[in-house]
Amino acid sequence: MRTIRIGSGAGYSGDRIEPAVELAEKGGIQYLVFECLGERTVALAQRARLKNPDDGFDPLLEARMRAVLPACAKNGIKIVTNMGAANPWAAVRKTAQIAASLGLSRLKIAAVMGDDVLDACKQHDLPLIEIDGTLKTLGNRIVSANAYLGAEPMAAALKAGADIVITGRASDPALFLAPMIDAFNWPMDDWNLLGRGTVAGHLLECAGQVTGGYFADPGFKDVAGLARLGFPIGEVSEDGGLVITKVAGSGGEVSARTCKEQLLYEVHDPARYMQPDVVADFSQVSVEEIGPDRVRVSGGRGQPRPDTLKISVGYVDGYIGEGQMSYAGPGAEARARLALEIVRERLKLTKVEASEWRFDLIGIDALHGTQRSQGSAPYEVRVRVAGRTDTLKEAVRIGDEVETLYTNGPAGGGGAFKSARDIVAVASVLLPRDLVAPQVRFVEA
Amino acid sequence: MAKLRDIAHSRTGDKGNISNISVIAFDARHYPLLCEQVTAARVKAHFEGIVFGEVVRYELPNIAALNFVLDQALGGGVTRSLALDAHGKSLSSALLDLEIELPPDHDRGAA
Repeated sequence: MRTIRIGSGAGYSGDRIEPAVELAEKGGIQYLVFECLGERTVALAQRARLKNPDDGFDPLLEARMRAVLPACAKNGIKIVTNMGAANPWAAVRKTAQIAASLGLSRLKIAAVMGDDVLDACKQHDLPLIEIDGTLKTLGNRIVSANAYLGAEPMAAALKAGADIVITGRASDPALFLAPMIDAFNWPMDDWNLLGRGTVAGHLLECAGQVTGGYFADPGFKDVAGLARLGFPIGEVSEDGGLVITKVAGSGGEVSARTCKEQLLYEVHDPARYMQPDVVADFSQVSVEEIGPDRVRVSGGRGQPRPDTLKISVGYVDGYIGEGQMSYAGPGAEARARLALEIVRERLKLTKVEASEWRFDLIGIDALHGTQRSQGSAPYEVRVRVAGRTDTLKEAVRIGDEVETLYTNGPAGGGGAFKSARDIVAVASVLLPRDLVAPQVRFVEA
Repeated sequence: MAKLRDIAHSRTGDKGNISNISVIAFDARHYPLLCEQVTAARVKAHFEGIVFGEVVRYELPNIAALNFVLDQALGGGVTRSLALDAHGKSLSSALLDLEIELPPDHDRGAA
């Protein structure tokens, strides 16, 4: 039976660069996928594009392409990525320039476009999912709306001979499903095959998170070599069989336990993992260690795809101002608590306006509140005050006030930090899929 | 009394204002014990003051795992939360602090 090997070269936009080079040089892979597009990255990229029509794609695109293109061209490895962000066409042109500067010719590079559905979202009032409200409640604060596209346009680009496919918003597992559809001609209504392919894509999409990254807990789950963590390879066979592995000699581990953790990552009902191409069913999946750093994954299934596509809607959501200060040694907690009281009173006295506040003691209650902390006195405590404001000016005042603890607060405060940032938040809606029309456009390097 | 961390591992994921936390037995023999003691109601109580919505539990016997879905758990949503850990990534560690009663002839398995 035919098998392909797909490497996962990045699990988020800022991920390490060299593991992908290792995959391209030593992984024996035919496809290399980079998942680099977070929930709100498209919204931020959309703003960059409004400022400069040639911008709006992933800021690390050039660094990643320069690093992997020579080995990919030499070994005939096709690249699929969502580094197009808000501007896949500009990303494709940039990639063509990079290829030319590296002396690589005859590369066919495809942009997948059409995920931008801002106009359609302005015409329909749809309920928000995962949070309360509807599109209308966001009003004119909406800056972007992008559909999670499925694998079809990416697979079509590969079929048409693309060496590199760059998309904007697409479902993360679909980035991996596209090579499988390209290689095996899977019908787009074979739900069980698409479900198995989605299991593979889901396990691979966060790169190092299935090879021992984000897993170690010393004494309980020890993992060697995290500084040179190897990124995963999925060996997928024509019938959707899957083995997860990595480059021999790289750090980390591929084991039943790493695969189980990643299988459930960001999953709600495991029997209904909603994707643009299929509703995947992970509930019957089994994992089996068949060799060193080799895990066989079986039992994925699928049901017909939904009639709607998930849309990420970016909207302007005010500002967050923040300030921090540390206290240490005997009485650290008491001085930190006094510092919070002082800042609280000062913010009132000087009438800083915020709709929501946080007064945290990092080291005591910042992550999980007071209920979970053990009550033992920590050696050091960091004060953190954050507030949500309508203007940048107001946000700046919060950090400024915390900073004044230096000369006006309790003894021994050190390491002040302040920030004020504008917030582009993301909400989700479901849009009928016939309102979304993906297109593929090529450039030759 | 043991902690959940002695017999299980866990990872948190986030979508909007919803957190999901997996609880996976190191040793499949402990799966029935997880089902019995790590109930949705207990998880909800454990996260009082952090999780304000419903807690739903899904069972995955093939991999000896439970998946908890916690609504209204992330300060209004990852992209706008004021929290230090806006994603709630550290919630899995809080859940592993849950106390577990092990049978007297207990073998800690892989831990």
